[in-house]
Amino acid sequence: MQQHCYHCGTDCDENIQLENKFFCCDGCKMVFQLLDDNGMCQYYDLSEMPGMSAKGVFTSEKYNYLDSAAIQDQLIQFKLADQAHVVFYLPQIHCVSCVWLLENLHKINPGILHSQTHFEKKEIKIVYNPSIISLKELVQLLAFIGYEPMIHLGGNDWLKKKKVNKQQLYKIGVAGFCFSNIMMLSFPEYLSTSVGDIGNLRHFFVYLNLLLSFPVLLFSAKGFFISAYTGLRQKWLNIDAPIALAILVTFGRSVYEILTHSGAGYLDSMSGIVFFMLIGRWFQDKSYDSFSFERDYTSFFPLGVTVLLDGKEINKPLSEIVKEEILLVRFDEMIAADAILLTDGALIDYSFVTGENAPIEVPKGETVFAGGIQKGRAIQIKVVKPVGQSYITELWNSRLLSADKNVEKSFVHPWSQYFTYVLFSIAIMSGIYWWLNDPHNIMPAVTSILIVACPCSLLLTVTFTYGNILRHLGKYKMYCKNSSVLEAIEKIDTIVFDKTGTLTNHEDAHLEFIGFELTNENASAIYAVTRESLHPLSQLITSYLSAQNLPVIKVDVIEHFIGKGTRAICNQKIILIGSLSFLLENGISVAGSPNSGVFIAIDKEYKGVFKINHVYRNGISSMVRRLKLSGYQVHLLSGDHPTEKKALLEILGSDTPMLFEQNPNDKLNYIQSLQAKGLKVMMVGDGLNDAGALKKCEVGIAVTDQTHLFTPASDAILEGEMVNKLDLLIDFAKKGKMIIVVIFILSIMYNLVGMYFATRAQLSPMVAAILMPISSISIVSLSALLSYSFSKPLFKKN
Amino acid sequence: MSVLIILIIVSVLVAGGFLIAFLWSVNSGQMEDDYTPSVRMLFDDEIKTKVVDASIVKPYTNKSKI
Repeated sequence: MQQHCYHCGTDCDENIQLENKFFCCDGCKMVFQLLDDNGMCQYYDLSEMPGMSAKGVFTSEKYNYLDSAAIQDQLIQFKLADQAHVVFYLPQIHCVSCVWLLENLHKINPGILHSQTHFEKKEIKIVYNPSIISLKELVQLLAFIGYEPMIHLGGNDWLKKKKVNKQQLYKIGVAGFCFSNIMMLSFPEYLSTSVGDIGNLRHFFVYLNLLLSFPVLLFSAKGFFISAYTGLRQKWLNIDAPIALAILVTFGRSVYEILTHSGAGYLDSMSGIVFFMLIGRWFQDKSYDSFSFERDYTSFFPLGVTVLLDGKEINKPLSEIVKEEILLVRFDEMIAADAILLTDGALIDYSFVTGENAPIEVPKGETVFAGGIQKGRAIQIKVVKPVGQSYITELWNSRLLSADKNVEKSFVHPWSQYFTYVLFSIAIMSGIYWWLNDPHNIMPAVTSILIVACPCSLLLTVTFTYGNILRHLGKYKMYCKNSSVLEAIEKIDTIVFDKTGTLTNHEDAHLEFIGFELTNENASAIYAVTRESLHPLSQLITSYLSAQNLPVIKVDVIEHFIGKGTRAICNQKIILIGSLSFLLENGISVAGSPNSGVFIAIDKEYKGVFKINHVYRNGISSMVRRLKLSGYQVHLLSGDHPTEKKALLEILGSDTPMLFEQNPNDKLNYIQSLQAKGLKVMMVGDGLNDAGALKKCEVGIAVTDQTHLFTPASDAILEGEMVNKLDLLIDFAKKGKMIIVVIFILSIMYNLVGMYFATRAQLSPMVAAILMPISSISIVSLSALLSYSFSKPLFKKN
Repeated sequence: MSVLIILIIVSVLVAGGFLIAFLWSVNSGQMEDDYTPSVRMLFDDEIKTKVVDASIVKPYTNKSKI
């Protein structure tokens, strides 16, 4: 009967059980036992099956480098004799149970004094006693219970970048305080005609208002003045310039009215717009704390490595590695420098660097490149180039990429320029009119025009609409870096896809057997042999065959040829499993078969080949078709071999340009050549091999199946399951401009009403005080409503 | 009516107190995490210790797991 693992929820059989609970593996069971022994089973009560699958090999040597004092200094923030503070990034944090468990770590180990999590940033701050538990043991404990911290070469640099902008909150607080008090104190002014004379009180109110408006002008609105000033210095009229002017004019006229006792001014309107605009900016600047869009190679490489010196293992920070040193790379560790292989048994997964799917076996003496992950047993390598100069980081630091993306200035800015010109001509015309008719009214009319027709409604529209769209996209698992990405998406006409990891799912490989039909007897013999091998391809075959319920038989003789294959005798049959050349070496002719895969021969006779197929994500082909229908050009750039061209033609259509065996530089050049033709390119990719292209194109979207894994620097991060909805997401992102135009028309109507009063020099503070909040509130709510209704189609097709 | 002056001053001072409270809360980092505290406050303080004797049936556990 199918069961679910009590700890992690993975489907499992009934093999492993404890206290009537089933587990998928011993790892999960051990975590359960640990928690149970410490009376921490509340973990399982707070959420259903909250744990992380403990599958996979856990090597205790993995964190040896944490014993090195130099590395500890990089990680520990604060240290006393019996207390040390450390902050880790734990991308696995996902539910209430996680928070509970991580904040109760002190129950497991008394050396942990205190731990506090930050759910949205996925961080944990731990205070521990280094004389009871070492940093290494602490990390091992975290890894054991399923929360392996991400520790990278970049150390804790990322912590510094993630400070909340407190200044912005202070400004909002001050503006809100002043605005509400000014509003209250202006109340008698609105009703002054009916309340009768309140004499001195009125002056008191007005002067108090003036006092309250200073913090708004000098502190809260500071950002607008600075931005307008820097814009003007670069001879460029940005949207903040007319806003700053309006604030100044409003304030000037109010001060004049108050000091001459001719009125109460418009301080309520002024502080109101500042308050609303600050909120708009804050709303738009929503950031995804747990994502990093600016990662470089330092967050990809480990912080420490194992160096072999005179036969002894020493842990060193990666940054101190020099040429000629010998490194030890264990299973599942990353090759941290370009190096020469000194021992046999290298089986390296370059999928992240090159996009190739299957691990490559590298013979002794060859060069291995930084960024590959060792999938075989421990190997020794001699460093040729340290990490800072390796192939992969050179690509990163290349001059081509250091150039800024030519982000065009927002379409809002030219509009605000037209707006300003129109505004000035209206002000001048009404000034001339009053000069001819009644010179007394020149100043009131001109100033009130500038007060009423402030483009703040335009700014409000833009900030709130983009803020809403970013939020809705986030709900559908597309996380954009900022709002200018939305405007860039608007202009896209070409979309370039990567294959491995983008159109295919990294974690899913699908085997196909091509050749003569396997008898049950032969299949069980192959099954028996592959079970003996740790090679990832063997393991794939094992899991493929295990579905057939084969009888288990004994292997009599087994011999592994590293980098080639396996020869075994089983049931009196000689079985050869390995690469094409391995079979040819053994004098077996292989005819009419594909040239990659795992080849099988039994009793000197070729039986067939296990081909590894990529599993394409669902719905890719209809997504691509829809994209083409909406007029986008679609291209494919793959780092892999063109073996799957046929399948891809079916999925992408025959009119899609496809390039294979592209190295990272080729990809970058291809993007550049498209851009040279005047196309606006969106790149959708996932690996380091796409990093250059992602940075160079107009919009780079990094696809990831687990958001906590590394993604190269990009403009947006998209979760793998949503790739098939890319067209809908693009469509929605493009709606932003339409919403802004609609609302802008509305705000022009408000402006016309205000202008009617202003040009007649009849703008009373009352009218201004009514118009201002009505227009702001209707703009904000209309923007929320429209973006919500446009996001609905995404939801429906879910 | 001039008592209003005193009242207004008091009201501005009270509101100013709240402003200062807000600024203090921002400064002390209370605005940095707006999710975890809401979860943390719902955790029970102390939970049942491990039942040593497995034969004792726990009558009120709500672990209805498979």
